[in-house]
Amino acid sequence: MDKPYDNRAWLLVLPVLAIVAFSAVIPLMTVVNYSVQDTFGNNQFFWNGTGWFRELLDPSTDLGGRVFDSLWRNLAFSAIILAIEVPLGIAVALAMPRHGWKVAATLVLMAMPLLVPWNVVGTIWQVFARADIGLLGYAINRLGIDYNYVADPLDAWITIIVMDVWHWTSLVALLCYAGLKSIPDAYYQAARIDGASRWAVFRYIQLPKMRRVLIIAVLLRFMDSFMIYTEPFVVTGGGPGNSTTFLSIELVKLALGQFDLGKAAAMSIVYNLIVLAVCWVFYTVMTNLDVERRRLPADR
Amino acid sequence: MARIELSNLAHSYTPGASEPGDFALKAMNLTWRQGGAYALLGPSGCGKTTLLNIISGLLTPSHGQVLFDGRDVTGLPTEQRNIAQVFQFPVVYDTMTVRENLAFPLRNRGMAGKAADRRVREIAELLDLSGELDRKARGLTADAKQKISLGRGLVRPDVAAILFDEPLTVIDPQLKWELRSKLKALHRALDVTMIYVTHDQTEALTFADTVMVMYDGSVVQAGRPDELFERPDHTFVGYFIGSPGMNVLPAEIEGSRARVGGGTIELSRSYDVPSGRRIEIGVRPEFASLAPPGEGLAATVERIDDLGRARLARLRLGGHPFAASVPEALADIGTAAGVVLERAQVHVYADGKRLEGRA
Repeated sequence: MDKPYDNRAWLLVLPVLAIVAFSAVIPLMTVVNYSVQDTFGNNQFFWNGTGWFRELLDPSTDLGGRVFDSLWRNLAFSAIILAIEVPLGIAVALAMPRHGWKVAATLVLMAMPLLVPWNVVGTIWQVFARADIGLLGYAINRLGIDYNYVADPLDAWITIIVMDVWHWTSLVALLCYAGLKSIPDAYYQAARIDGASRWAVFRYIQLPKMRRVLIIAVLLRFMDSFMIYTEPFVVTGGGPGNSTTFLSIELVKLALGQFDLGKAAAMSIVYNLIVLAVCWVFYTVMTNLDVERRRLPADR
Repeated sequence: MARIELSNLAHSYTPGASEPGDFALKAMNLTWRQGGAYALLGPSGCGKTTLLNIISGLLTPSHGQVLFDGRDVTGLPTEQRNIAQVFQFPVVYDTMTVRENLAFPLRNRGMAGKAADRRVREIAELLDLSGELDRKARGLTADAKQKISLGRGLVRPDVAAILFDEPLTVIDPQLKWELRSKLKALHRALDVTMIYVTHDQTEALTFADTVMVMYDGSVVQAGRPDELFERPDHTFVGYFIGSPGMNVLPAEIEGSRARVGGGTIELSRSYDVPSGRRIEIGVRPEFASLAPPGEGLAATVERIDDLGRARLARLRLGGHPFAASVPEALADIGTAAGVVLERAQVHVYADGKRLEGRA
């Protein structure tokens, strides 16, 4: 089958190219430009070649050390919140009502945290968890547990993780709920006829039907947590010490704090490549699932 | 293995219902004997599936009791009733292989090892699934998936009854015949009660020993296929079974004479007709034949359908549509014609229910 070719199609594509050039390509190229130069202010730039990249990827240098430390912290953070939010989200979705007015009430309640802006979430928890005046922090201390997220790195981590779980578990739960709702009643009836246990129903009916939405949930939560900035910045400012300094916080410190445009540009390119790589992996996994599905004749 | 009885059973989906219209199932007493092959036949929305779900325990009836071998199981959940049920649309466990799917009901009941394996292979053999036992169920066609669902219903050796809820809807016609005869053969081999729900009369009549015709929440007649055909107890049965259905005409009855559409016919029995009720006569097209004008009841011919094997006349008789068979000897006929009814096959109905006449 021959596809028709018509060069006038370019006319339709060009406006998009122009917009994307100004919104993405040109800014990105200025970053590439910075990443191969050093600057001492006053708009004086000196060629540095791949110098920043080599330093950045070598953990023994100061810059490389900072980048890798924040990268590991960030990966650990993403892993922990995924390990909590995914099972918790599934559990919440399973417990949500399926019929009646309670459905609407639950959905609204669940959507509430998702509607709060990031910096407000940060501020809420910054105050809520303060050991001196915060309701949560004060209560924990009154229980005899020494808790202070400003001074103790572990407390700071716990605070940020609990905050993220509070903010985002709803998203996972709502996605899973949508997956659960798509299961026809006949499946549950057949399972009862087959004498399946509650666990077997979950393992062989609910989990397989939730698989696709779960992949989306994991992707969204990973991407979001991997570029988290506002909430830890508001709550801990990356501290105590550097204990909650994630990649984006480190990047902002470099670019706007120290005004090391070259280093920051190089780091943001590497950061961007990591994000793209992860996206690509997820995209491949998801499209492979689709291919597998499409191969089935008359699937219902 | 069990005899299933329904005692004063009724069901309403709205709690506290009192109007007859609120009931999806109207009060009924029914018995299914152990080992019978039954069909529940009726149009969509007549309560077939509701009745089936009550027997299997997926639904608890709002009134009355369900008894298995005399034991009250009304409050027992499905899992404890030992019932198998196959649904209209295929339900398979996607992540399992065909073999695991078939073994699932056995495994959940603690049957494992060689015995379970042998049983799975037997059922797979029967349903032509042997070659696909180790494939993932996810990748199969709708036909194959429904065969798996059937297989999961059939695999348990000790069930009280197997219920089929229009199980062959998604199967293509060729395979439908094959599967239906397999089910029938299986019924003979297993001596298990089977209840088969369908809205397709051919399916019901070929599968079952006893066909129960449901209409608007009640079973209006239960009987052998030939009984349903020859002596419909209810005008609905006459209309629903047979193609085309029974002719039903308003009539006035006096003893053994009936006035229909301006003419009078002799009946084989005489009737005492209760007053104030809707009186009709019913006669199947097979027992009414077209005749030259002047014979029998006067009618006008609207068209003649050639069905290949036979010809069927579409008439109007006293303003009502009427179907009659056309004798082979009868040549082309004009608009005006007569209809001759086979006397013994004319039934009298009062408010839809058949009256027994006196000889």
